Amino acid sequence: MLHTVNKSPFERNTLEACLKRAVPGAAILLIEDAVYAALAGTTLADAMTSAAQRFEVSVLGPDLAARGLENTALVKGVTVIDYGGFVDLAVEKGPVQAWL
Amino acid sequence: MNEQDTDGTVTKRFMVVNRKAPHGTVYALEVLEMVLISAMFDQDVHVAFLDDGVWQLRRGQMPGVLEMKDFSKTYRALEGYGVEKIYVEGESLAERGLSEQDLVIPVEVIARADMARLMDGMDVVLTA
Repeated sequence: MLHTVNKSPFERNTLEACLKRAVPGAAILLIEDAVYAALAGTTLADAMTSAAQRFEVSVLGPDLAARGLENTALVKGVTVIDYGGFVDLAVEKGPVQAWL
Repeated sequence: MNEQDTDGTVTKRFMVVNRKAPHGTVYALEVLEMVLISAMFDQDVHVAFLDDGVWQLRRGQMPGVLEMKDFSKTYRALEGYGVEKIYVEGESLAERGLSEQDLVIPVEVIARADMARLMDGMDVVLTA
């Protein structure tokens, strides 16, 4: 299963809802405003570091760049992917569950 | 708390409160346009950024990669429109690992308690 999350974790609880239901080893891709969850140095960074050990967590690079976060440090264990990588993940890990 | 000007017009203390991140929804852009319009009516405009709204001021945004408009540069024009009262909540920055140096414009960083008092003293508050 590939889980996608697109809301800021500082504003909505969709990432938390996803993390509670995803099975160990599941792929979780942070897109749109959910990319803020991948940043080091925030109040959520410890929780994300822990999540990245249980799940295969990635973040969409263009959504980081759009928000001025291209060169900002990410939490350990999170991988940056591009649109091609998103397609590959969907093919390899699908079906996709979108936590809106 | 309306101020009566010498010409008899009333100036209200307006505050626009930004709480949304910039590109996932259209709120930030819409509010920015509203601020620019309100400035033309000679009101006492205050602009506040708190919670995810602080992301709007993050340096280095490149929404062009998503084929979206880069309005972060427009915040620099606010001063030219006479909008100089720009406040950012310090706690919101800290929670997100941000500091004043990460922002596109110079702002006044104030504590949450001071933001609360500032909002409480307004005649009109619009939050998005």
